Amino acid sequence: MNRRARLSVFGLGAAGLAVLFALALAGMPDFGTSDHPYRDLAVPAAVAHDTANVVSSVNFDQRALDTLGEEVILLSAVVGATALLRPTPHETQRPPAPGGRVLDGTILMAYLLLPLTTLIGLDVVVHGHLTPGGGFQGGVVLATALHLLYLAGRYESLARLRPLDWYVWVEGSSAASFAGIGLVGLGLGSGFLANVAPHGSFQNLLSAGTVPILNVVTGGAVAGGAVVLLAQFLNQALGTTPQAAQKSAG
Amino acid sequence: MGVLAYAVAGWLVIVGALGMLRSRNLVQATVALSVAQSGTYVFLLAIGYQWSATAPVFSSGSPPTNQVVDPVVQAMALTDIVVSAMVTALLLALTIQIEKTHRTLDPDELQRLKG
Amino acid sequence: MSAALIVVALTLVAIGGATVVFTTDPARQAVTLSVFGLLLTLLFFVLQAPDVALSQLVVGAALVPLMVMLTVRKINQRSR
Repeated sequence: MNRRARLSVFGLGAAGLAVLFALALAGMPDFGTSDHPYRDLAVPAAVAHDTANVVSSVNFDQRALDTLGEEVILLSAVVGATALLRPTPHETQRPPAPGGRVLDGTILMAYLLLPLTTLIGLDVVVHGHLTPGGGFQGGVVLATALHLLYLAGRYESLARLRPLDWYVWVEGSSAASFAGIGLVGLGLGSGFLANVAPHGSFQNLLSAGTVPILNVVTGGAVAGGAVVLLAQFLNQALGTTPQAAQKSAG
Repeated sequence: MGVLAYAVAGWLVIVGALGMLRSRNLVQATVALSVAQSGTYVFLLAIGYQWSATAPVFSSGSPPTNQVVDPVVQAMALTDIVVSAMVTALLLALTIQIEKTHRTLDPDELQRLKG
Repeated sequence: MSAALIVVALTLVAIGGATVVFTTDPARQAVTLSVFGLLLTLLFFVLQAPDVALSQLVVGAALVPLMVMLTVRKINQRSR
């Protein structure tokens, strides 16, 4: 159907959705209510396991199975993108492009910020059970720290300084360690992914049992995954020559 | 004022759907999907909010208390954000492949390329 | 005080969402998407959700716009 018909059907659908949404909202508790049954259950459970960051406790202790599922989603997405973005036989490796200049100020900022961002990423990962943050956030910060190398120079320098096999290995082994730690809980007589390590005392670095361990493992998996994912896109956009503009067989 | 938070969530979903419909380019459709998904984050966090409550993180300055915003919906929103980003990455990879084989990214054109 | 902040943040997010959708050039949409991610981070921060705000910042303001820009560059390369 043409665009006009499509937009009018959409208009009807959006109006219907808005009406149903408003009716549903009339039956919900008000915004800002103090009636939160899940919170009343989750916060005491987190404090009982000596975890200062309740969201980390929910993610890695009370609902750790969901986080394992999320790790698998991350892994599958990276595998899928790598499979989809393989260079076709017609695309050849591009020779380093001549010319181009990076401002000295940019180079300086990138060199200053790279160690700083790496440290911040490691800090966010390791202190995930004490302060806001955790494995996911810190992992992506670490991945972006590496790509500051690209900002400071050319794509070829980044490709030389980023041995992709290492990151693939880190990602796979970290995801497997997550499941392995869960199996340890099973082996010790509790459930899968139960919090079986010693709990320590509240708000210390070594507290909350398996939560900091799972945080570090998740940070490694997410950092490795993000680097590999971005590497596929960078390779397609900057590392291969474009196919000649003719009707090819593929 | 309470209605505003849920209304903005619904508005983001509808505007994202409109963007997908009006798109002339598959990349535009993917970005519009990303906007629609952020409506769900706003909705989740709006459900969990409580007036004059603090963040669900305890430190020496804020001892453990039950008067914090809901941490369970925050954990859900976190998972939501990661999954949405992965879906967007896969859609963009598919877009690159479609451009290689069909040489066009217009959804109306692509509808006619059958068989 | 916090009510006013929340109202302002929600309005900015609504305007930002409409701006992203009604931008015509996909390369420009990457930049608007990044700014939209930043506005969402502010909203989540005001709603007392620092974990979610951090996650949205790194993913929605750095990772996804970078992928969109690389995709647009790859596509424009070939149709030149």
